[in-house]
Amino acid sequence: MLDVVNEDLIREGKEPIAFDHDCREGICGMCSAVINGVPHGGFERTTVCQLHMRKFKDGDTLYIEPWRARAFPILRDLVVDRGTLDRLIQAGGYISCHTGGVPDGNALPISKGGADYAMDAAQCIGCGACVAACPNGAAMLFVGAKVAHLAVLPQGQVEAPERVAEMIQAMRDCGFGNCSNHYECEAVCPKGISVKFIAKLNREFLKALILAKTGPFKSSD
Amino acid sequence: MILDGKAPTGPIETTWERHRSDMKLVNPANKRKYRILVVGTGLAGASAAATLGELGYNVEAFCYQDSPRRAHCIAAQGGINAAKNYPNDGDSVFRLFYDTIKGGDFRAREADVWRLAQVSNNIIDQCVAQGVPFARDYGGHLETRSFGGAQVSRTFYARGQTGQQLLLGAYSALSRQIRAGTVKMYPRTEMLDLVVVNGEAKGITLRDLITGEVRCHAGDAVVLCSGGYVNVFHLSTNAMGCSVTAMWKAYKKGAFLANPCYTQVHPTCIPQAGEYQSKLTLMSESLRNDGRCWVPRKREDVGKPPDAIPEDDRDYFLERKYPSYGNLAPRDVASRAVKEQCDDGRGVGPTGRGVYLDFKDAIRRLGEHELRERYGNLFEMYERITDEDAYKVPMRIYPAPHYAMGGLWVDYNLMSNIPGLFVLGEANFSVHGANRLGASALMQGLADGYFVIPYTIADYLARTKPGKVTASHPECRKSIEDVKAQAKRLLSVRGDRSVTDFKRELGNLMWHNCGMLRSNKSLSEALSTIPAIKEEFWQRVRVPGTSAEFNPQLENAGRAADFIEFAELLCRDALHRDESCGGHFRVEHQYEDGEARRNDARFCYSAAWEYKGEGAPPELHKEPLRFEHVHLMVRSYK
Ligand SMILES: Cc1cc2nc3c(=O)[nH]c(=O)nc-3n(C[C@H](O)[C@H](O)[C@H](O)COP(=O)(O)OP(=O)(O)OC[C@H]3O[C@@H](n4cnc5c(N)ncnc54)[C@H](O)[C@@H]3O)c2cc1C
Ligand code: FES
Repeated sequence: MLDVVNEDLIREGKEPIAFDHDCREGICGMCSAVINGVPHGGFERTTVCQLHMRKFKDGDTLYIEPWRARAFPILRDLVVDRGTLDRLIQAGGYISCHTGGVPDGNALPISKGGADYAMDAAQCIGCGACVAACPNGAAMLFVGAKVAHLAVLPQGQVEAPERVAEMIQAMRDCGFGNCSNHYECEAVCPKGISVKFIAKLNREFLKALILAKTGPFKSSD
Repeated sequence: MILDGKAPTGPIETTWERHRSDMKLVNPANKRKYRILVVGTGLAGASAAATLGELGYNVEAFCYQDSPRRAHCIAAQGGINAAKNYPNDGDSVFRLFYDTIKGGDFRAREADVWRLAQVSNNIIDQCVAQGVPFARDYGGHLETRSFGGAQVSRTFYARGQTGQQLLLGAYSALSRQIRAGTVKMYPRTEMLDLVVVNGEAKGITLRDLITGEVRCHAGDAVVLCSGGYVNVFHLSTNAMGCSVTAMWKAYKKGAFLANPCYTQVHPTCIPQAGEYQSKLTLMSESLRNDGRCWVPRKREDVGKPPDAIPEDDRDYFLERKYPSYGNLAPRDVASRAVKEQCDDGRGVGPTGRGVYLDFKDAIRRLGEHELRERYGNLFEMYERITDEDAYKVPMRIYPAPHYAMGGLWVDYNLMSNIPGLFVLGEANFSVHGANRLGASALMQGLADGYFVIPYTIADYLARTKPGKVTASHPECRKSIEDVKAQAKRLLSVRGDRSVTDFKRELGNLMWHNCGMLRSNKSLSEALSTIPAIKEEFWQRVRVPGTSAEFNPQLENAGRAADFIEFAELLCRDALHRDESCGGHFRVEHQYEDGEARRNDARFCYSAAWEYKGEGAPPELHKEPLRFEHVHLMVRSYK
């Protein structure tokens, strides 16, 4: 839809609207816009790029705005800088394994339930809608999904306490807020990622505390 | 010139081991003195950058998206192949090798394909270790399914989001290296030139997409992992930003571009609905495991609702034409069969360009729940786009451009003819011949990045002194000036037609004249039309804004300009290849039953084109293909 608006604008000699997009099928997480006050427009499990104009009535007015969050500075028009999400992953959202020298894929059986749970969490497309929807600008769902995905797998358990501690510290350093259980994040998540992963994040954090892998947080400001 | 792929001779089973022990190594303490520039951080680029960084090289990586996690491979749905033989159904390295060579219609280099089949197993292990949540059975072991062109079940998957999960695995490995400081990541940058000094690749020139700044980064080697080029067609399954630009700039600096006419059309995409549509959506090939393709047997039944057509009046055309592979015939074969039914006036849906993909029997056999488990997200995606529930009514599908088998020419070391320029993933031409089998692109990207380049790049670097060229080198400065001049030229046209408009015109021409069916006439016509499009582009294109700012229209204009030039080379290659093979179907060359007719006496080679300057025809170099482990034969899936 924005393509059409832009083509018209160009034809009329005006400046087109800058917006992020790439795959156009709801998987790359590039597109980001608040439509009528709701990130991605408020249709269940749908990204902006998958919104069809048939969902709106002829003559409807649409209000389109960029993601708004302290951790996502605006670059231009609808385009924001989500580099902080990458920084969260860099803080520990991985399993430290070298290329090569790993055991056979079937060496460690993983229960189907476990694999399904990991997949439910791993579906996150990293669009940042959860942050944009949160009144506190928190990234708890994003971090929770990654922590849960890796913590449930035997390969990821070795580093689980360090991971959760470091990712939570990074969340604070990057300017994300705290969760106060509004659950707006789950409502707008285009993959329907459940807030149960935030609960898992909290449990993993508690475990890390008990193991003395982390202490009270250093304040970043 | 006769090109040599430099694949070692001798028993193919041990080629790679022998080659590995022959190659030179770089001393661990010296590795960090070498700077490697990795363009693209999809599966190929992210896995390469992470692995090279981990080995201790000084890596810089670039992508045009705002994060490496968004590369186009994220959209891959179906799965990734490996010769694990976990199901005990007769798979082996040889069989994967054989299927890939045959699937590619005998137009790929044997040794490279063998290596791919060999390392395929390491990839699965690697991904599992990274935490990729592959599907598991109730005993906790890895599940597989079948893909086209194979009679074994060797495709590993993570629901319908395999590409996403594999990319996130590679991205996590990359993130770990970024944190460790071995890789420096530059998102939102686009490579717009290759810097060649004394015949070797020593840098790249980029535009920072946010500020518009044009910079040159010098390095000791360049690894190009920029993906494929089928966006040269209007409406493909590729992401909007996929372009030929990185590849084309390298070509213009002397890298050979091989087999550009080998493009793949995927049979199962959601048919086009409106004029303003910007891309087509793929429905994974894995659906053909359980879905059956059919059209009405009689033309008069075409308008009727599908359930009003009795079983006997349905033509399950793939099962009829290819009894031993049935609905799992390879993509090129299946796509042409779909087109044939529609051309025969038996296509369904509002435009008549569609066939049914029906799950009724599978639901009866397995239950709706099981189907949901296997393909839930695909059915959901289908419903979102078409407003139809495929559990109740059959899907409608039609072929769409999907993948580029052609790409920059590379030798067995994945190095192009320009020393120091390596090409990985979809951007190179290496293993898929004239047609790629499903679930093999992800395999290739990760094989190249994790398991091939770490060895072969050392062999090159060990022979060069690090840091020979810096960004203040005259070639770098010249390259910056050239890139700036191109932007200036695009902005100064100030015409009256949008970039999208030109892209659509070119893409439609390519689809109609150089798509699924090609002929001497259609190609000659395209070749005479493209220069006119190019001329008009430079007279009438309108690119708003300036170059010193975030300007997506300027990015697109540059990509479109490259696509226009590239389209000409693609058609030229298609015209020169006067045979049918795989995805390249020349109507003049077919058997009575409509199957592709190769001409091995004349065309058993890879065609690598060399740029000879603006306006001059490119020069053709041939790399002869030798088949010692499989017999050249007519490819049959009957
Ligand atoms: C819808 C769909 C489904 C698919 N499903 C499957 C499947 O099930 N199984 C399978 O095996 N294959 C599948 N494929 C094919 C597979 O996804 C691709 O072949 C694969 O993504 C190629 O990976 P790559 O790393 O080579 O390139 P890409 O993933 O395309 O990555 C290219 C990278 O290069 C960067 N880049 C490009 N140009 C520039 C430039 N000029 N400057 C800087 N950076 C640049 C991009 O930012 C990106 O990081 C599918 C493809 C599609 C479209
Ligand atoms: S453009 Fe990729 S998710 Fe919307």
